[in-house]
Amino acid sequence: MSRDTSHLKQLAINENGFVFDPRTGHTFTLNATGLAVLEGLKRGAEAEEIVAELSATFELEGSEDLARDVDDFVARLREYALVPAASQESQR
Amino acid sequence: MTDAIEATVAVTGMNATDNPAPGVAVCRSLRAAPAFQGRIIGLGYEPLDPGFYAEGLLDGGAILPYPSVGRQATMARLRELRDQFGINVLLPTLDSELRPLAGAMAQLATLGLRALTPSLESLQAASKSQLAEEAGRAGFPVPESSPLTTPEAVSEVVDRLGLPVVIKGVFYGATIAHTEADAIAAFHFHAAKWGLPVIGQRFIDGEEYDVAALGDGEGRTIGAVPMRKMALTDKGKGWSGVTIEDPAMIGLTEQVVTALQWRGGLEVEILKERSAGKLYVAEINPRFPAWVHLTTGAGQNLPLACVELALGRAVDPLPPYRVGVQFVRISLDQITDMSAYGALSAAGSFEHPSGSSA
Repeated sequence: MSRDTSHLKQLAINENGFVFDPRTGHTFTLNATGLAVLEGLKRGAEAEEIVAELSATFELEGSEDLARDVDDFVARLREYALVPAASQESQR
Repeated sequence: MTDAIEATVAVTGMNATDNPAPGVAVCRSLRAAPAFQGRIIGLGYEPLDPGFYAEGLLDGGAILPYPSVGRQATMARLRELRDQFGINVLLPTLDSELRPLAGAMAQLATLGLRALTPSLESLQAASKSQLAEEAGRAGFPVPESSPLTTPEAVSEVVDRLGLPVVIKGVFYGATIAHTEADAIAAFHFHAAKWGLPVIGQRFIDGEEYDVAALGDGEGRTIGAVPMRKMALTDKGKGWSGVTIEDPAMIGLTEQVVTALQWRGGLEVEILKERSAGKLYVAEINPRFPAWVHLTTGAGQNLPLACVELALGRAVDPLPPYRVGVQFVRISLDQITDMSAYGALSAAGSFEHPSGSSA
């Protein structure tokens, strides 16, 4: 089963990494890698898939560090209520 | 589509400093409507109220006596201005004007002036000292609060509601007190400034949102636009904000409008609790907010609909507003000759030659 992306799909995201959450009025600015992660989550991609994409797109090595960074980033998104709390998520 | 409006509308609240009155925003919304083909007369209390000098905004302007002078003086002045400018509709935008005018609807009608103000009962129910009681009756959530008339009552409320606690003036201002001593000091401050009672309110850990709305007086909400403030002045006034999508906030506003049978513009201040997302009505301001022009930018021209209601037209609920529309306020120097200032100072009014305002 995939992650609940209904809220992510409501986010307005532009190509510069500017994000507007229409439910709260909060705005965020992402760098290129953060933007790639958020776009991946919005599509419903799994974490492993996102890590592989980052690796390829940004020519990054060390998939363990990368996976940890992605997890940290997703946790940060969760703090801002941009992705559902872990208890509300479907099986990852 | 709105039928053409050819009325002469007088709008109060031309003071537009860093704590602006809503008058300028209301006038801008009327000017922005192609259907509005009437005249706008700005009413203020001081010749240097900045709205008098906004280019293209007004067809004329005039000084009113302060509401504290009494209703008779206000009515006499409105009669003069009706004769001078041919005013048909009066849109009061200041809290202090509403109660005297709501109590004088029959006199206004005698003058041939149409106004859309909340009833005295609605104003009373929405007042800071009565809101909690009214909310209990009507079933909309407000933070628990109590009217306070003595310092001893402050200590009791701190015991009951815990700290921090919000201490509010009966008309204006609020202090978040983190100790009992701070709460008592805030009680004395607000009592000295605005009189008794002072309000003690449970602190809600969350974010504030504001909804500008218009009620038709029969329980219907004609329009409602929620906004999150993005920047504040040092007085805590919104300097920038953005429309958001929150059907629950709209629903809560509709509940308030229905419960209070609200007639006219209003601003509902809503607290969204951080942990559970529960909404509370923190306060009701009984007139349009100073940021009401954002509603027009987002697709709901609430001031225009207010004029239509005042004229007795049937007005349907407005179409959905756009989410993500932002306002950013600006301070700028208006350059003008001294003709309007001179006329306001010496004669109490000015009038632009026909067709030169817009």
